[in-house]
Amino acid sequence: MKIAVASGKGGTGKTLISTNIFDTLIKNGTRAVLVDCDAEAPNSIAFFDAKLVSTSEVYHNVPVIDTSKCTYCGKCHEYCNYNAIFILPPVKIIQVIEDLCHGCGACTVACEFDAITEKQVSLGQVKTYALNGNPSLIEARMNIGVMSPVSIIKAAIKRVDAQAEVVILDSPPGTSCPFVQTVASADYVIFVTEPTPFGLSDLRQSVETLKGMNKPCGVIINRAGLGNNQVQQYLMDEGIPLLTEIPFDKKIAEYYSKGEIVCTKMPKIAEQLLEVVNQIIEKHGNSSN
Amino acid sequence: MEIAVISGKGGTGKSSISAAFATLNTKVVVADCDVDAANLYLLFNPTHESEDVYIAGHKAIIDYNLCNNCGICANHCRFDAINFIEDKITITETSCDGCFLCSRICPTKAISMVRNDKSRMYSGSFRNGKMVYGRLSPGEENSGKLVNMVREKAKQVAKENGIETIILDGPPGIGCPVISTITGVDKVLIVTEPTISGLHDMQRTVKIVQKFNLKPYLIINKYDLNPEMSLDIYEWSFNNGLEVIGHLPFDPQMVDSMVHGKTIIEWRPNSDISKKINLIWSKIMS
Repeated sequence: MKIAVASGKGGTGKTLISTNIFDTLIKNGTRAVLVDCDAEAPNSIAFFDAKLVSTSEVYHNVPVIDTSKCTYCGKCHEYCNYNAIFILPPVKIIQVIEDLCHGCGACTVACEFDAITEKQVSLGQVKTYALNGNPSLIEARMNIGVMSPVSIIKAAIKRVDAQAEVVILDSPPGTSCPFVQTVASADYVIFVTEPTPFGLSDLRQSVETLKGMNKPCGVIINRAGLGNNQVQQYLMDEGIPLLTEIPFDKKIAEYYSKGEIVCTKMPKIAEQLLEVVNQIIEKHGNSSN
Repeated sequence: MEIAVISGKGGTGKSSISAAFATLNTKVVVADCDVDAANLYLLFNPTHESEDVYIAGHKAIIDYNLCNNCGICANHCRFDAINFIEDKITITETSCDGCFLCSRICPTKAISMVRNDKSRMYSGSFRNGKMVYGRLSPGEENSGKLVNMVREKAKQVAKENGIETIILDGPPGIGCPVISTITGVDKVLIVTEPTISGLHDMQRTVKIVQKFNLKPYLIINKYDLNPEMSLDIYEWSFNNGLEVIGHLPFDPQMVDSMVHGKTIIEWRPNSDISKKINLIWSKIMS
C-alpha cells in the first residue's frame, strides 16, 4: 500500500511525520519503504544512518539542430509549445534554448529534413539508500536550475520494489504538478497541517485538488495547541477524518532540528503514528496496487 | 525596488516576515508569488480591483468517436500520459504536459487540446498599499509563468501609484516558480531555520540565487530552537561570503498575530521581535 504524506503549506511537519512513520514501521517489523518525493528540497535521508547503494540519472532529450541540413522552414518552432526554439530564417539563425525545453520530442517529429537529433540532458537523480542492509530509502533529487521535478519524482516512485508492504511518499509542498504527480500513485493521502489560518487555507486547497482525483485522505494536526481550532471545525464540516494530533512541544522541534527521529525519544508519538497507519491499512489496505 | 523573500524549505516563516515588512512605515506593493499556496491575502484582506485569467497550459482530450485506437499517440508521448488501459487508448490527465504532439500526429484528428483557464490573478488595495496575488487552480502547472504575470502587474501598480518598494513573497523549493520570482530582482532575502532540513535547503537556495548573479541576505528564524546550528549557519555564511542580517527567536506571538489577522508589527509593535524585524528591514534598505 502506498501512503502519501502531503501538506499544501510547507513546513507543517510533513517530513517529521513521514520519517517517523517509516522508522516506527521498520522497528515494528514491517517491510516499509520511504520515498522522498520533495525533489526540489529532499531532506528525509538525513534522519537515517543510511548507506548509498545506487544512483541513477534521470534524463530528458533535448534537440540538437544540424544547421547544414536545416532549411529554416520553421516547422519545429511552430510545433514547439514551450518557445524553446528560436529562429530567424532571413539571417539563417536557429537556436535551441535548452532551459525552456520540456523534452517532448515534437520538434524531432516536425522536422522533415532530418536536421534534428537529440542528446540527453540530466534533470536529476534517483538515489537508493540501504538501512541495516535493506534498500528501503529512495530519494528524488532535482538538479539546481532545472525547472520541474515531475519526471524525477515519477522515476523515484517507479523504483519501489514490489515486495514492500507499506510505501511512504514524502510529498512536495504546494498543490501543483509535483504534488499531483506524487499523490496520483498513492492509495491514501495523509495531510499534515498546523492549526493556523495559513495551515487551513493551504489544507483546503490541497483537499480541493484531491477531490478531483478520488483518493481517500485524512489529516494529522501538528503543533496542536498553537493557533486556533478552525482546522478541526473545517474537518468536521467536510467529514474528513482527523487521524491524530501531535501536540506543540518545543522538544519535538529541537530533536527534529538536530536530525533525530522524535519517535525514538518520545515513544508516545510512535504509538500514535502506528495506530494511524494500522487504521489506514485496515480500512483502505485492500485497494493496494 | 523589488525585494524577494524566499526560503527553500517551507514553513520557515517567509510569509509572516514578508507580511511584517509590508506593514512597517512605507507604503508598499506586496506580490504573493507563492501561487499554489497563496496566504498573504488572509492577513491583508485586499479589495478586488482587477481580476485576470491565467492560462495554465493545455491538456489533451480524446474524442472516442474519431479515435481508431491505433496507438501512434501513445508511442510518441514522452510523459507517459497515454497508455492502453483495458485495450483502450487513455490519457492520464495528471501526466499530460500539454505539448500538443499527440494532437498534431493523430491520423484521425481525434485529439484536441483544451486550455486550463481556471487560474486567476487578482489585485487590489490593503491597509498599507497595494497587493497582487495569483491563485493557481488546484493541480495546474506553469506556476512560473503566473509568477511572471504577478510581478509584471505589481510593477505596473507600483508605477501607477508612485510606490517604490515591491515585496515579493516567494514560493518554497528551487524550481521554476522560484526562478521566476528571483530573476531580475534587486535584492533577495532567504529566511532559514536552524534545522538539518532548513540548512540543507538554504544551501541549495543560495546556489540557485548565485546562478542569477545575486547576493542573498540571510535571516535565521527561530534561531533558539538550535543555537548551535544557528552558529554553524553564521559560520557557513561567513565562509561563503554571505551576510546573515539578523536572527529572530521562536515566538508564539507570531502565531497569535496570524490568528488575529494581523502581522506581528501590527499586533505587538513594541515586542522584541518586532524591533528586530524593523532593524533587519533598515539594513536591507540601507
